[in-house]
Amino acid sequence: MHEHAEVLVDVKGLVKLQGRLPVLRGLDLQLQRGAFVALLGPNGSGKSTLLRLLAGLSRPDAGSIYIGGWKLPDELVAVRPHIGYLGHETLLHAHLSALENLRFCARLYSLHEPEPRIHNLLQRVGLDRRAQEPVRHFSRGMQQRLAIARALLIDPPLLLLDEPFDGLDSDGRDSLQGLLQSGRERSVLMATHRHALAEGLADRALILRQGVVAEDLSLADVPPGTLAARQAALTGPV
Amino acid sequence: MLRDFLRAALTIAGKDLRAELRSRELLGLMALFALLAILVFSVALELDRPGRQDAVSGVLWVTLLFASILGHNRSVALEREHGGFDALLLAPVARGAIFLGKLLANALFTLIIALLLLPLLTILYNLPDFPPALLLIVPPGCLGLAAIGTLLAAMTMQTRARDSLLPVLLLPVALPLLFAVLRASNAALGNLPQAELQTWISLLLLIDAIYLAAGFLLFEYVLES
Amino acid sequence: MNQAIEVCALPAERQPRALRLLNVLTLLALPVGLYVALVHAGTDTSQGQVQRLFYLHMPAFFGAALAFGGALLASIGYLYKRETCYDSFAVAGVEVGLTLALVNLVSGSIWARPIWNTWWTWDPRLTSAAVMCLTYAAWLVLRNGIENAQQRRRMASVYAILAFVTVILTLIIIRIRPDTIHPAVIGPSAANAQGSFELAATPGVSTALLVNFPIWSLLLPLTLLWHRYRLQLRVEVLEQRKALVLNAPLRPRRGDS
Repeated sequence: MHEHAEVLVDVKGLVKLQGRLPVLRGLDLQLQRGAFVALLGPNGSGKSTLLRLLAGLSRPDAGSIYIGGWKLPDELVAVRPHIGYLGHETLLHAHLSALENLRFCARLYSLHEPEPRIHNLLQRVGLDRRAQEPVRHFSRGMQQRLAIARALLIDPPLLLLDEPFDGLDSDGRDSLQGLLQSGRERSVLMATHRHALAEGLADRALILRQGVVAEDLSLADVPPGTLAARQAALTGPV
Repeated sequence: MLRDFLRAALTIAGKDLRAELRSRELLGLMALFALLAILVFSVALELDRPGRQDAVSGVLWVTLLFASILGHNRSVALEREHGGFDALLLAPVARGAIFLGKLLANALFTLIIALLLLPLLTILYNLPDFPPALLLIVPPGCLGLAAIGTLLAAMTMQTRARDSLLPVLLLPVALPLLFAVLRASNAALGNLPQAELQTWISLLLLIDAIYLAAGFLLFEYVLES
Repeated sequence: MNQAIEVCALPAERQPRALRLLNVLTLLALPVGLYVALVHAGTDTSQGQVQRLFYLHMPAFFGAALAFGGALLASIGYLYKRETCYDSFAVAGVEVGLTLALVNLVSGSIWARPIWNTWWTWDPRLTSAAVMCLTYAAWLVLRNGIENAQQRRRMASVYAILAFVTVILTLIIIRIRPDTIHPAVIGPSAANAQGSFELAATPGVSTALLVNFPIWSLLLPLTLLWHRYRLQLRVEVLEQRKALVLNAPLRPRRGDS
């Protein structure tokens, strides 16, 4: 990534249609390097769509996206190695083992000497003893853990997470929290419905409503435990 | 640049082959279908014994065509189970490399079925001897089928009718290929003058080149969302 | 933002002057063309009256090829520009092309009955023309099968580009397959072509072809294309407005929190 660029993600006037209907309606967003931003909002407010656009999985209908100074979607090839994305789908191959899935990912990203990192991540998400098992034997929660390891494998400067805590038990939640807090130079944009977790991890929260940012909160100014109420006041009952 | 491209394509193809080695889902399905199709054709041609020998190249290629449709549908369905092509699209690899990777794996599956069918057909349809020239025709034929199938299966995966739409889209576009391989096979089997063999193989290669070029150019538009 | 939501400009209520001119020209030219083909041209000495179908048969194919070509260019344009109007033109191109291709097939079939003694034969030329029709029919099915409008336009564009291969094939197959029985009118026919005729043999044949060719291969397709294109633009705008109205946020009623 370009050095000295304080703003890592710069989005202006972003419009995305889903078929004929707008999901994002001119959304603006700036993400500083190293920031941890929670993305809140009711279903259909455009959280997942925004993350998919930033990940380069879909192309905007209007507006501009710059990541680290590169323009999307024109310069996607340059941006891709720097973005980790965890969506609703686990992006794992059922017939391959946990280890093989991560190795496949490492090869796709041409990672240099990935083995120590793979084993370290498997251990941190608590899958080191089942690394050789095919993923289709895994429970939903274990698949989610592996998906997290997959997203973190490339050690991306920008991490996009879509409901990363879904399907995780309390152990998994703790280890994910630990993983997310450990890499603080990393920028994270995390869509979630869990306000308590957002308060614990993020330093900023964006509340989306009907495809635009309805409120941009610094979490230092929000008393703990009141984030859900703030969203409810803005968008209706959570 | 080219090395990265080929490496990515081989990585993707390798992943598909490894997964297939574990599950044997695709090949099992395709092989069983192919055997059943041969059986059905032989029943359908029951009354026409000499016609059965003349029809052997038709039986071979129609069976392969439908087996490959089956295989493409299944392969794409497997891919869709866990987020479709997103895992590949996120990675810093060229779209063409994704196409090539999927295509190589699919072509190999079809080729395996073809190599299984050839000796079987020779025995079951009483061919006097196995024509080695067929081995020149089968690989490019399978490659062409896989090229057009990989592109169109990725397309029909995103439609409402999914699997059922693939044959409707693929058959008309695949007919020129079918036509060329049939002519070439018939020449190899001695039903047509031997001299025509080279003409039809050249046409086959030309059609392959067109399908491959179309796939490389159009695949990225099929996958984006 | 509004630009992205407004799919395309609604065509003006009043037809543009060029279109009105085309309307008049086409409506006048069609009966003239028919008159020249059916009355003015002499009866072919060997084929008789049925030969008159030819004046419609061949030009209709070129009209279809023109319309499919338009659909091809529009599809490439759509993938490049992503503007709905390109897709609308592709719809017009495929539908007009398919109609003219059917005119071509049916007239050919009627001609073949007395000349080749069969309605249909699996001749390479006939087969490839049928394949062409089926491919574009499959295009229509594909379009119907995709709910998401943007996705539909994209997939349809990709398939329309592929489908054009069958048009090229139909155009050239008569030259590359020596075993076709289909006569070539321009240039030498294949050795075993059946039902060829010389343009110069009967008086009026050349004139009838010269008059009818531009009507069926240019004038009629262009007029139809333009009208269908304008209709499709209206359909797009209508669908867009419908979607927006149906999904507009409901105003909260009293009693709702």
